[in-house]
Amino acid sequence: MDEALIRSLTPSVLGILVRRGADFAAAEDAVQDALVEAIRVWPDDPPRDPKGWLVTAAWRKFIDATRAETARRRREEHVEPEAGPVPDTDDTLQLYFLCAHPSLTPSSAVALTLRAVGGLTTRQIAQAYLVPEATMAQRISRAKKTVGDVRFDQPGDVATVLRVLYLVFNEGYSGDVDLAAEAIRLTRQLAGAIDHPEVAGLLALMLLHHARRASRTAPDGSLIALADQDRAKWDTELIAEGVEILQAALAQDRLGEFQAQAAIAALHADAPRAEETDWVQIVEWYDELAKLTDSPIVRLNRAVAVAEADGPRAGLKALGELDDSLPRYTAVAAYLHERDGDEQTAARLYVEAAGKASNLAEREYLTRQAARLNRQCR
Amino acid sequence: MAKYLLLKHYRGAPASVNDVPMDQWTQDEITAHIQYMRDFADKLSATGEYVSEQALAPEGAWVRYDGEGKPPVTDGPFAETKDLIAGWMIIDVDSYERAVELAGELSAAPGKDGKPIHEWLEVRPFYGNAPTITE
Repeated sequence: MDEALIRSLTPSVLGILVRRGADFAAAEDAVQDALVEAIRVWPDDPPRDPKGWLVTAAWRKFIDATRAETARRRREEHVEPEAGPVPDTDDTLQLYFLCAHPSLTPSSAVALTLRAVGGLTTRQIAQAYLVPEATMAQRISRAKKTVGDVRFDQPGDVATVLRVLYLVFNEGYSGDVDLAAEAIRLTRQLAGAIDHPEVAGLLALMLLHHARRASRTAPDGSLIALADQDRAKWDTELIAEGVEILQAALAQDRLGEFQAQAAIAALHADAPRAEETDWVQIVEWYDELAKLTDSPIVRLNRAVAVAEADGPRAGLKALGELDDSLPRYTAVAAYLHERDGDEQTAARLYVEAAGKASNLAEREYLTRQAARLNRQCR
Repeated sequence: MAKYLLLKHYRGAPASVNDVPMDQWTQDEITAHIQYMRDFADKLSATGEYVSEQALAPEGAWVRYDGEGKPPVTDGPFAETKDLIAGWMIIDVDSYERAVELAGELSAAPGKDGKPIHEWLEVRPFYGNAPTITE
């Protein structure tokens, strides 16, 4: 059975139910129930018309739930919702806007997007984020209440949708759901629904980073720095696609932060060897990026790029202008001191940086750097 | 979306404001305390922030490897051990600020005379996943 097909049909099936008059929260529950049934039934009895099957099943679930609700309220009379005609319009884009509505917290927006647009089951989302299924179910149900009064045909903000998709992508891979691949699929689908250079920019950024995935970690799970990665393992097809999408976006002349980030990733992808990286251009892109966002990560990474382009002293000078309480500041300082030949300072800073790391892979990486230098200094 | 451990100590934390041990409370005060903890967990389930909780018995032992073919050595418990963990709750929240807010609420559980214990709880972040995009 093609679970990917079920997922890709989810937003349009949900859109149809809403157009027929179901409210969003009830329609979303009904579609989820229909998906779970499809996953159970389709392997033995594949439908000829998967979308029609899902619409029929979801509508039936919706009617059943409405009846149960009506019975619960002990109303004597009620009007059963009539199934209206299936409209031609595609509501996928509206669903993205609704699920990333600014009134939602990031974690709620992520969960709702993965379920209502992505067609993942609550259990899969719970597993991916390592929380109990009941907790994830509550998170989604609250999110739906929060957006309960939002009109479905209201235009939304692409930027909020992109932030949600970026969060999903950056979470990477945990449990049986490949969140990075799912984020790419959802961003691709979004790019099909709206012509927007930043949507294209984010898609390009994801593809360019995904292309390096096989080389980012060693078999034991430890991180491999960009300069040390085996570039033969990079997925050249994904890189080519990412670059092409990025160039088309940049040609629209409406630069945004995701296009700028993708441009930096493309320059890395373009270098056959780490030493051939065009760091001067990368610094220029970081300057552009710094104008578009005040992200501290950008300023830190710019200092690294300056060091590569103009030497470690220039990098340390750029770093010196930043707040030393920024996350990963100490890690960058350690790296730049090592490049500057001051291995003792670097080793000390790597130890300090390891203590401040926000994930285990980074802590191990930094500890190994310290151990390597300590051995050399002896 | 980050996980935090709210850690409760039998020993090792600074003294609570309402620092009367539970064996000195009335039955109703104990019931009210337990109910508060249950309600707190239920509330977090409803907000989609609850992950798990466990309580630990105070008595335990120290164990270490003692070489090939030998059974592990056990020792203790040592009365002088400074830190003694009583239990924990794991939460999954959007920010550090939210974790602190919830720990503060948990620390307000009622004790003697139905007044908040003002117990010190330790808030510790979990390591998350390494982000995909770092440059």
